[in-house]
Amino acid sequence: MIETLINLVLFTMLVATAIAVVTIRRLFAMVMLSGVFSLLSALLFVTLDAVDVAFTEAAVGAGISTVLMLATLALTSRTEKQSSRSIVLPLTVVTITGAAIIYGTLDMPNFGDANAPAQLGVAAQYMENSPHDIDVPNVVTAILASYRGYDTLGETAVVFTAGAGVLVLISGLQGRRRREDEEDEDPEVNS
Amino acid sequence: MRHHLILRVVTKLLVGAIILFAFYVQFHGDYSPGGGFQAGVIMAVAFILYGIVFGLRKVQAVFPTWMVHRLMALGVLVYAGTGIVSMLFGFDYLDYGAFSPEHPSHGQHTGILAVEAGVGITVTGVMIAIYYAFAGRPPRISDEEW
Repeated sequence: MIETLINLVLFTMLVATAIAVVTIRRLFAMVMLSGVFSLLSALLFVTLDAVDVAFTEAAVGAGISTVLMLATLALTSRTEKQSSRSIVLPLTVVTITGAAIIYGTLDMPNFGDANAPAQLGVAAQYMENSPHDIDVPNVVTAILASYRGYDTLGETAVVFTAGAGVLVLISGLQGRRRREDEEDEDPEVNS
Repeated sequence: MRHHLILRVVTKLLVGAIILFAFYVQFHGDYSPGGGFQAGVIMAVAFILYGIVFGLRKVQAVFPTWMVHRLMALGVLVYAGTGIVSMLFGFDYLDYGAFSPEHPSHGQHTGILAVEAGVGITVTGVMIAIYYAFAGRPPRISDEEW
């Protein structure tokens, strides 16, 4: 009963935040609200007992990405540009996609269903064997680092690649801007 | 941010605690929620907070850009290297039983610690590198406009 109430309150706040993000025009408030959105999702993960995911969501979604968005904001502008295009096409696409997603959830097993595919695969095996095989109290860590070690190696490589990509992109932009600045200055020198 | 006295004092107090918490999350990941990824992010947050309050030049004096870039690659190498070492002992790639053949679960602890360290190092490096890349460009909005 109390859990239903907490979920209800959290989801209401989540939807309210999402609507505010869409309607607001000031980008600074928008970035802050998206941080709030991440924090509320983290709380929802806690009520689902997924503390590891909640931890990541709070640290990355509410912390780092908010800072990076603010850093980006400092390089661009403060308010959203008013769009002159009609909203009919975007609205149609969003409605159809949303309807398809909701239709897809109809086939999903109920929350906490013991016969759900996720419970019948290797998960039960991991839960049963990890105290003997790995002897680590946090099964999430055991699965992540040992049973699924290859996957995590791949994820680490993805993080590295993403960082390298951003660095290449930004340093490339810096070079271009420097060239543009030089080109801008040249005519003044001549005149 | 020269005039924000409270921010500067609180930041100085907090940075140490944040780094300590990052190490706790890193090495306590076997027992409680957390692990390399979360610890890396928290570690990066300590430096980013310092950079925001005291300026990019101050934080780059502590943690130079070239070091951050090398850390990004070092983490992946530590992770992949753990697998190579287990192969040298005659086991499968990333089979942590290699580190303690008599007690496979002890070997698992060592292996998990090593790969989690790799994840933490890479994530710290990438997060700080991205922050440096963004903050290093001259802003177009002046402080008063916020």
